[in-house]
Amino acid sequence: MAISRLSSRSNTFLKPAITALHSPIRRHVSTDTSPITIETAVPFTSHLCESPSRSVETSSEEILAFFRDMARMRRMEIAADSLYKAKLIRGFCHLYDGQEALAVGMEAAITKKDAIITSYRDHCTFIGRGGKLVDAFSELMGRKTGCSHGKGGSMHFYKKDASFYGGHGIVGAQIPLGCGLAFAQKYKKDEAVTFVLYGDGAANQGQLFEALNIAALWDLPAILVCENNHYGMGTATWRSAKSPAYFKRGDYVPGLKVDGMDALAVKQACKFAKEHALKNGPIILEMDTYRYHGHSMSDPGSTYRTRDEISGVRQVRDPIERVRKLLLSHDIATEKELKDMEKEIRKEVDDAVAQAKESPVPDSSELFTNMYVKDCGVESFGADRKDLKVTLP
Amino acid sequence: MSAILQGAGAGAAAALTPFNSIDSNKFVAPSRSSLSVRSKSYIVAGSDDGTNKSFGSSSLIARRSQPLMIPNAVTATKADTAASSTSLKSGHELLLYEALQEGLEEEMDRDPHVCVMGEDVGHYGGSYKVTKGLADKFGDLRVLDTPICENAFTGMGIGAAMTGLRPIIEGMNMGFLLLAFNQISNNCGMLHYTSGGQFTIPVVIRGPGGVGRQLGAEHSQRLESYFQSIPGIQMVACSTPYNAKGLMKAAIRSENPVILFEHVLLYNLKESIPDEEYICNLEEAEMVRPGEHITILTYSRMRYHVMQAAKTLVNKGYDPEVIDIRSLKPFDLHTIGNSVKKTHRVLIVEECMRTGGIGASLTAAINENFHDYLDAPVMCLSSQDVPTPYAGTLEEWTVVQPAQIVTAVEQLCQ
Repeated sequence: MAISRLSSRSNTFLKPAITALHSPIRRHVSTDTSPITIETAVPFTSHLCESPSRSVETSSEEILAFFRDMARMRRMEIAADSLYKAKLIRGFCHLYDGQEALAVGMEAAITKKDAIITSYRDHCTFIGRGGKLVDAFSELMGRKTGCSHGKGGSMHFYKKDASFYGGHGIVGAQIPLGCGLAFAQKYKKDEAVTFVLYGDGAANQGQLFEALNIAALWDLPAILVCENNHYGMGTATWRSAKSPAYFKRGDYVPGLKVDGMDALAVKQACKFAKEHALKNGPIILEMDTYRYHGHSMSDPGSTYRTRDEISGVRQVRDPIERVRKLLLSHDIATEKELKDMEKEIRKEVDDAVAQAKESPVPDSSELFTNMYVKDCGVESFGADRKDLKVTLP
Repeated sequence: MSAILQGAGAGAAAALTPFNSIDSNKFVAPSRSSLSVRSKSYIVAGSDDGTNKSFGSSSLIARRSQPLMIPNAVTATKADTAASSTSLKSGHELLLYEALQEGLEEEMDRDPHVCVMGEDVGHYGGSYKVTKGLADKFGDLRVLDTPICENAFTGMGIGAAMTGLRPIIEGMNMGFLLLAFNQISNNCGMLHYTSGGQFTIPVVIRGPGGVGRQLGAEHSQRLESYFQSIPGIQMVACSTPYNAKGLMKAAIRSENPVILFEHVLLYNLKESIPDEEYICNLEEAEMVRPGEHITILTYSRMRYHVMQAAKTLVNKGYDPEVIDIRSLKPFDLHTIGNSVKKTHRVLIVEECMRTGGIGASLTAAINENFHDYLDAPVMCLSSQDVPTPYAGTLEEWTVVQPAQIVTAVEQLCQ
C-alpha cells in the first residue's frame, strides 16, 4: 500500500523508551502519538455522498492498540471455540474472528457517548466497548458474575455505562431499537450518534427499511452498518439478495462501501459517518468483511464455502496480519516484540478463562429477579411448588 | 410496579390522618407488608361501610371504592376509615377518551421524557381523539406521527426507552400490534431480564381493541390473550373514565412495560372524575358491586354487560359481587381470593376467546389457589372461538350477552 510518512524522526523510538504499556516487561515499542498518515488499500465506494479521503490520520500508538485489541479479540474467540467444544459454553455461540477490524476501527472513531447496538455476534463489540474478558467468559459459561448475570448468554451482552445496547438474538430486530436510540439522542440533544450493526442476512428484513424510512424522515443520527461477511448462515449473498450492493439499498439514504478488514479504513469511514449523521441524518456503511468460523459453533462453515476460500482470505486479507505488516514496515515494533505481545495476550485470555471457570453459578432465587423493576408483590412458583417457591419483594 | 398513591376526595380527606395527603406527587413504593395491610383495610371498607352499597346501582357513574394508599405501612391501619372515601363532591364530567387525554397531558407536562408515537396521533389528533391537541401543545418531537410500520416504531419506542425516555406507543387498533409482536415479546418483555437488570423499558403500549360495531374480523381482536404469556410485561384494561385516567398515569410512571387495553366502544362513556390528581394501582382489581352470593369477575366492556345482568339478578333476588379485575397480568389474586372465600362461587365473564383467553388463565389460577373455597366449578363465559363476523346479529352472538350471564348465575347458584 502507498505509505506516506509525514512524521518526523519519531521513528527513532526503537531506542529504549519507557512505554505506557500495561505490560511489566520493558518494551522497545513505540508509544509515539505524532501523526502518521496511511492510505487505505481499497478505495471507498459511495452512493449519494462524497467518499472520505483514503489517507487516514493515525499514530503508532493507535496502530499498536489496534494490534493488541484485535489480537485479544481473536484469542477470546478461539478460547470460546475450545470452551464450546468442551461443553462449558452451551446453546448458540456466534464467533467474530475475522471481523475484528470492524470493532476496533469503529471504537477509534467514536466516544463512549455514541451508542452501538448489534446482533448476536457481539462478543468482540462488547470487548471493544470496554467490557472485561472475565465478564464475557463468565456470561458465556452462565455464571453469576457474567455481564448479564448469567441470564443472557452469548447473544445478550450489554454494557449500559459504555452505551453498548447489545446483543440481540432475533435477526434484524435490533434495527428499529437502534433507530430508537438515535431518536432518544436527538430528543435529548446529546450530539451523539448510534451505530446500528446488522448483517447481510438481516439486510433483507422489512424492519430495516421501515426503520430507515423513519430515520431519514426524522433526520435521526443513526448510522446503519451492514457487516457483510457474504454469508447469511449458509446462504451466500448472491443467493439471497437481488441487489447485493447493500450500501445502495438505502435508496434516498447515502451509503459508503468500506473494506471491513482494514481497521484504518473502518476508522475513517466511521469518523466520516459520524460527522454526516450529526448534520444530515442517517447513512449506511457496508463493511466488506469475512468470518472464519461458521455462522455459529454448530455450523462447520465449510459446506457452503470451500476451505480454500477461507484460507485464501486469511492469507491475503486478515486484519491482524495487515496491522502487523504496518507495524513492522513502519518500524513501530519488531517481530519478536509483537510475538511477545501476543503471548502476553494469550496468557491474559487464559487467566480470564480460568477465573471465569471458578466463578459461581446463579442461585435458584435469581430465576425470578429482574422480571420487573421492583418486582411485584406476588408469589411465584416453580415446577415444584415446595422447592422453588419464591416470594418476589 | 408503579408506586401508588391516590388523592383523596374532599370529604374523606378531612377525616383522616395527615398521611392521606392529597399531594399524590409524593409517593413511595409499597413494601410487602404494606400491601397486606392495605388489603385488610380494603376488605373492612367493603363490608362495613354502608356507603359502598349505594354504588351498586346500575348507573355508569363511577364506583368509588378504591381505598386511599397510605405511604407508610405503620399508619396503614388507619386506612379503614379512609376507604369509604373518594366522594364525587368536586369533579368534572368528561368522556373516557378525554380522561385518557387528560392523564396523558398531565404526565407529559410533568415529565419531559414522556413522548407519544403512533399513527396519526399528532396532527390528526388520534383516530379516537385520545391525543387531540397534544401535538399543538408539545410539538412534533414529543407527539410523533409515524409512518405505518408497527414493527419499526414499536422497536424504536423500546430502543428509546432503553436510554431513559418514556414513550407511549399507540396502536391504532390493538390488532395492528400483532405486526410488532416480536418487538413486544422479545425486546419489550425480556430486555430487563436478559441484560441482568441493566436496562429498564418504561414504555406504555396502548390502543383500542375488542369487538366494536361490525368492524369485521381483523379489527375486532382481543390481544390480551396473545400477550398474556409474555414474561416481563404488565397488562391492564380500563373500563371507566376514572380508571382510564388513573391507569394511564400509573402506566406512564411505571418502570415496567405496561400494555393498556382500551375498548373501541367505551370511548364515549361519560363520568365525573375528581379535579385533584390521582393514580390507580396497576395491580389492583376494582370492587364494582359488593355482594354475597356469587363472585363475577370481568373487565373492560363486559363490565357493563355484567352490571346490566346484575340489575336483573337483583330483581330476582340474587346478590352478585362484581369485580372488575383491571389488572390482566398479574391478576389481583388478593382481592379475587377474598371474594371467593366469601361467596364460594365464581363466574368469569370476558370478551376474550374461549381458548387460551384471560378467563382460561384466571380459571386455572383460581382453581389452583382457592380450590378449597369453591362450592361449584368456576364457570367462564367468553366469546366464541370464531373470527368476528360482520353481520350484526352474528356479531352479537359471538360476544357474551347479559341474558347469558343471568342464566349462568342462576345455574351456579342452584
